[in-house]
Amino acid sequence: MGIQMKNTKKTLSSVNIFAKRFVSSIIAISSFLFAFNAYANFGLNTSNGYNMPRGVTEMSHQIYDLHMIIFYVCVAIGIGVFGVMGYSMYKHRKSKGSKAANFHENIKVEIIWTIIPLIILIIIAIPATKVLIEREDVSKADINIKVTGSQWKWRYEYMDSDAKGISFFSNLDKRSREQLQTSIDTGVSPSYENYLVNVDNRLIVPTGVKIRFLITASDVIHSWWVPDFGVKQDAIPGFVNATWAIIPPGKEGVYRGECAELCGKDHAYMPVVVEAVSQEEFTRWVGEFHNAKKDAQKNANKEWTEKDLMTAGEQAYGSYCAACHQATGKGIEGIFPSVVDSAMVIGDKKELAMQILNGKGAMSAFRDQLDDAQIAAVMQFLRNGFNKVGDITQPSEVKAWR
Amino acid sequence: MSTATATTHNDDAHHHGPEKGLMRWVRTTNHKDIGTLYLWFSFIMLLTGGAMAMMIRLELLAPGLQYVDPQFFNSLTTMHGLIMVFGAIMPAFVGLANWQVPMMIGAPDMALPRMNNWSFWILPFAATLLISSFFVEGGAPGSGWTMYAPLSTTYAPKSMDFVIFAIHLLGFSSIMGAINIIATITNMRAPGMRLMDMPLFVWTWLITAFLLIAVMPVLAGAVTMMLTDRNFGTSFFSAAGGGDPVMFQHIFWFFGHPEVYIMILPAFGIASQIIPTFARKPLFGYASMVYATASIAILSFVVWAHHMFLVGMPIEGQLYFMYATILISVPTGIKVFNWIATMWRGSMTFEAPMLWALSFVILFTVGGFTGLMLGVVPADIQYHDTYFVVAHFHYVLVTGALWAIIAGVYYWFPKWTGRMYDEKLAKIHFWWAVISVNVLFFPQHFLGLAGMPRRYADYSIQFTDFNVLSSIGGFAFGASFILYAYILIKGIVAGKKVEENAPWESATTLEWVIPTPAPYHSFETPPTQEQIDRASQHIHTH
Repeated sequence: MGIQMKNTKKTLSSVNIFAKRFVSSIIAISSFLFAFNAYANFGLNTSNGYNMPRGVTEMSHQIYDLHMIIFYVCVAIGIGVFGVMGYSMYKHRKSKGSKAANFHENIKVEIIWTIIPLIILIIIAIPATKVLIEREDVSKADINIKVTGSQWKWRYEYMDSDAKGISFFSNLDKRSREQLQTSIDTGVSPSYENYLVNVDNRLIVPTGVKIRFLITASDVIHSWWVPDFGVKQDAIPGFVNATWAIIPPGKEGVYRGECAELCGKDHAYMPVVVEAVSQEEFTRWVGEFHNAKKDAQKNANKEWTEKDLMTAGEQAYGSYCAACHQATGKGIEGIFPSVVDSAMVIGDKKELAMQILNGKGAMSAFRDQLDDAQIAAVMQFLRNGFNKVGDITQPSEVKAWR
Repeated sequence: MSTATATTHNDDAHHHGPEKGLMRWVRTTNHKDIGTLYLWFSFIMLLTGGAMAMMIRLELLAPGLQYVDPQFFNSLTTMHGLIMVFGAIMPAFVGLANWQVPMMIGAPDMALPRMNNWSFWILPFAATLLISSFFVEGGAPGSGWTMYAPLSTTYAPKSMDFVIFAIHLLGFSSIMGAINIIATITNMRAPGMRLMDMPLFVWTWLITAFLLIAVMPVLAGAVTMMLTDRNFGTSFFSAAGGGDPVMFQHIFWFFGHPEVYIMILPAFGIASQIIPTFARKPLFGYASMVYATASIAILSFVVWAHHMFLVGMPIEGQLYFMYATILISVPTGIKVFNWIATMWRGSMTFEAPMLWALSFVILFTVGGFTGLMLGVVPADIQYHDTYFVVAHFHYVLVTGALWAIIAGVYYWFPKWTGRMYDEKLAKIHFWWAVISVNVLFFPQHFLGLAGMPRRYADYSIQFTDFNVLSSIGGFAFGASFILYAYILIKGIVAGKKVEENAPWESATTLEWVIPTPAPYHSFETPPTQEQIDRASQHIHTH
């Protein structure tokens, strides 16, 4: 993902750009003043913009109902408490001639206002316990999908029957990245309605079945959240958490969510997008996916031209490497190393390939994310785009090292 | 003979005032000087952390990245949290304790004055170490003030080690401060003052000090494990080496939950001093206030995992932590009811301290409601790590803890300085702050419910309007502190001189029986039993 790190000092010294930024902020303010009610349901988020979305699953409905129950309980208590307080503030003021009484305790009253909240709590706790027990029942799933969070993308792996073996990564979509870059360069705010809530590859799931999500992470902790399903679960490296959802038939559509646990620099840039499709559509998609994969394998065996490698490499670098090593290749001092003039990059080809395949330290392994052709292309771009080694790396070589 | 010598010696001591010049502040062992140092330090930290908050709200004024990059944004949220918790709120309460506890119990000074000096003077060094992390290669840590592993271990810049050592130092300071407060309250009460005669502020601080001693070492342990994971090859929090990243969260929140009560119990104490004074009526339910404070403190040790309902705990754990958490609303409710009963049929006036204290009661209760909502696990699935949580804890910490501190500063200002702040300006300050803070934080409830996660440098455009509103409120609230600083400085330099011992006519506690401004050494002779009885009106008006 190509978020270009910018030099803060340089940006701020440029009055021109600062002014532009401020203008865009003013535009944002006026959009707020004039269009407060205009925005509503971007994407298919069923939120009305200020309350929790009711969602589409039975579980999300139950959560929503519980939320509204506690909310109204709090409102009722609030009206009572603040009402009495407001009355007292109005009535018992010195300027109104109120003389201070001298009472300072009343055991009966104190017992009553201890018992009544306790009863209210029990009334809240009963439905909450029921919903919680239901949520924790992850048994009898029809399909299992492994969800792995890594900085800053999601990986989805299908574990059952026909879909078994399907595995892909889901990154922030290109249009969001472009608009983000525009905002960095010029200060113009994004206007794309799915900005930061769209991805390149959606998770495709069938409706009407119990889907078990097995959630984990490869580096730091993430959290996989789809508000409309009432599903949020931390993705913890080294551990697998399970949760589930049944999307009712007739609720086919695109559901958007986000990473909810701070996971580093691009925490805001790893959305979750799930497309729920009918059973038939799902079966068709599974078939198509397997066919497309066979085509990709052919690519690994053919001989590539230098030019094709560089083009593919630049693109893959933008999607997979630039988030850390930056679009300039210079990284961020002290966190992400530079790939320009790096001994690692211009040194032994095989060693470089092994580091990309297996990762090292904070860098994740790209063995599963990139195929041989993509790795060869990235290496070509690293060695001959950012640096001037003057050689060529073919996918077949990567295939042998893998 | 020896008695006579001792008396002469004491007489000398009576006449010596503060040392002249800068060294007065460096070498001071006087509780009032040290209290002043704590309060100014915390005010500077408040402005520093506030400046970071302004940068956060500026970036969030529009979607996209206009001003900072996301790594720096994360550093800002991290340092804002650490500075406000450890630099602003906690030292401010210790400063108030230093000034007030000895005077309120009729003692001449803190029990351990030299340690008191050291507790303070560690702080500027710890803060420097903390803030200097911005200038280390890689920038300040961006893993949030909660420092969850492995983002704070394997994936953090070098500056995390600076933060770890800064936390160690802050911990030393807090523990020494707490020991001092406990020693003072248990040993130095005026003869004849029983525990149940103590003002509520003293009670809440006594309980808070025990919490501090219990949990600061736990935090020190957690960050030390981080330190060895980072530098010495251990794997406490790395699954690859047999450790567990979730264990960090358990240890952190075993410190962290009592910590939030450390920041709110003294606030309860301040409200319990101010409301009776301006309602001209004794505090309602003194004993139940003390017991409620103690119950909250005890419960605070057994609810920590409600911060981590989504880490994959067994259902029994989730149920237990839900029940224990919502149970805290009972003693907290008792306190609110007691304050209202104190106001009931009083004869209220609304000077600045009272305005801040009453809005504290209301806005803290709003934060309490959202706390109850967050405690209900299934609902928390949707609330967790969203702006709803941000709104919740800012209601309890800004309009809770900070509000009480400001109320306390206005309340005790004449006693400390011998001058009165400008009441008209203070009222403007109050209305400005109370409106802007709600414009700032109330829309964040909506943002969170509609699905905006917290700690986001950037957001999808559906969240723009409420973010703009929140930022406008934020800038206005930030600006209110310029007025606050002006009111304080104007009051100290040119405020109207206060002659009477108790400028608030119905204030009864012991600090109001000594002259105004409070002399450098107060209560060299203990207060009389009659004064103590009048101060603790809750017992002796039977």
